[in-house]
Amino acid sequence: MSSLSLAVRDSSTMLRRNLLHVRRYPSLTLNLLLSPVVLLLLFVYIFGDVMSAGIGGGGADRSEYLAYLVPGILLLTIGSTTIGTAVSVAMDMTEGIIARFRTMAIHRGSVLVGHVVGSVLQCVTSVVLVGAVAVAIGFRSTDATALEWVLAFGLLVLVSLALTWIAVGLGLSGPNAEAASNNALPLMVLPLLSSAFVPVDAMPGWFRPVAEYQPFTPAIETLRGLLLGTGIGHNGWLAVAWCLGLAVLGHLWSRSLFGRDPK
Amino acid sequence: MPSSVMLTPRTGDGRPSPAAVSAVGLRKSYGDKLVLDGIDLRIPAGSVFALLGPNGAGKTTAVKILSTLVAADGGQAQVAGHDVATSPDGVRAAIGVTGQFSAVDGLITGEENMLLMADLHHLSRREGRRVAAGLLERFDLTEAARKPASTYSGGMKRRLDIAMTLVGSPRIIFLDEPTTGLDPRSRHTMWQIIRDLVTGGVTVFLTTQYLEEADELADRIAVLNDGRIAAEGSAEELKRIVPGGHVRLRFTDPAAYRSAAGALDGAARDDGALALQIPSGGSQRELRTLLDRLDAAGVEADELTVHTPDLDDVFFALTGPDQPEEAVR
Repeated sequence: MSSLSLAVRDSSTMLRRNLLHVRRYPSLTLNLLLSPVVLLLLFVYIFGDVMSAGIGGGGADRSEYLAYLVPGILLLTIGSTTIGTAVSVAMDMTEGIIARFRTMAIHRGSVLVGHVVGSVLQCVTSVVLVGAVAVAIGFRSTDATALEWVLAFGLLVLVSLALTWIAVGLGLSGPNAEAASNNALPLMVLPLLSSAFVPVDAMPGWFRPVAEYQPFTPAIETLRGLLLGTGIGHNGWLAVAWCLGLAVLGHLWSRSLFGRDPK
Repeated sequence: MPSSVMLTPRTGDGRPSPAAVSAVGLRKSYGDKLVLDGIDLRIPAGSVFALLGPNGAGKTTAVKILSTLVAADGGQAQVAGHDVATSPDGVRAAIGVTGQFSAVDGLITGEENMLLMADLHHLSRREGRRVAAGLLERFDLTEAARKPASTYSGGMKRRLDIAMTLVGSPRIIFLDEPTTGLDPRSRHTMWQIIRDLVTGGVTVFLTTQYLEEADELADRIAVLNDGRIAAEGSAEELKRIVPGGHVRLRFTDPAAYRSAAGALDGAARDDGALALQIPSGGSQRELRTLLDRLDAAGVEADELTVHTPDLDDVFFALTGPDQPEEAVR
């Protein structure tokens, strides 16, 4: 068997194993869905009137704020789902079966690839579910073309991939699941500090760099542009560059962590 | 047991069979703790080798190095003709490992664990199902096959662990303390499993803390102490260097104790406990002689225990009372 087909076959076996875990124990995944949905409902129905007053030069109504909020919530969903990835990778590494895999003549990277593909699929599923909630409470895109929908979907997959590789590295680097969960917290906190809830212009001047120079803001602005027709500008390229950079970094980091001799 | 035959199994044309596992000068430290201090091994194909030693002796580290899980700091090792450092995948294709800590996926069922192994060995779907069902049946797990492995008892987990190891039909199997933590019944089941493996021509490398277990199963035993092989040989050879076999007689009446001590020359006296220790292999003939002498002296012991050599004795003999304390730590 060629090394590529070996890699594909072993990775898909590992993917099936991870999906089986998710299917058997869906509570972790469902818990992680809870935060984005709660934040969505909270900001629309509880804070909605106040928040909408602050966008579009004032006078916007709640449905406009809903439209503003949803792209950020979708990316926050990805961040929150990948925290789960960091936790399950960390838990997996404490299992004896990983040592077994290491003594088998299988493709070395398949354990990680299985986790990554599984996590990206989970992210997409979560985004679809949260998106469905958003649509149910009135979110509609503004004249998005088929191409824009495809690009939006591609962006969400790319962000999922980038954050997943970082999460896998975080999961591998910590000694246990609790540490992984703590270390992965920025994946959930960064979207809160981005343009997801309020425009960067509305933030205090000293804080704006924090919101601007991080991956979530360009990704959110790009998604907004694709779905709602707002200006994308240089955010598109920035978002792609952030994602590719994080994905490559996370990949190299994870591989070197996994390649170390186990304790 | 025809151990002399098993020691150097020969191939059909009469040549000695090649070594399944060989190692020269293996060294490994974790931080500044030296775990393996240059060990040499040569295990003929088709034999059972036991690495015997207390906790912390370096047994698990030796298994980890030979099974390509960790790299040695120094020395060379070949398993199934492949160098562990330069051709790890060649080694991995030939071996199966069952570690001290259960290497099953607790979140999925026993059957799913087996099918996972079948997939990773690239068996076809049909072949995988056949092999999995056969092994589950053989290890008495068919009934529990559809329950999550985390709900299994210790013995069941260990059986599933070995069944998973066997999916790829490995030629060399490493068993790291396969019976530690098992109840006596499960231990005997495990021994039978290991004997059956050997009958099938598999080379078994097992580690254990129990001399009895090594004695039951192994053709050759190496005693690992403090990172070094302190002795190597068959069970018989090892027992010969252990002077620990004796009969202990205890008395409550000091007068009886004294007359027994007078009647049995060569007995070591423990005046405080009113006990006598008589060197003995514990055979029926030796015991009868001893009892006859006690009868002749007209004394009756309140307690008689036969002490056979155990791992403590082996270590006592190998490290010796005059060895510096540092050697035991």
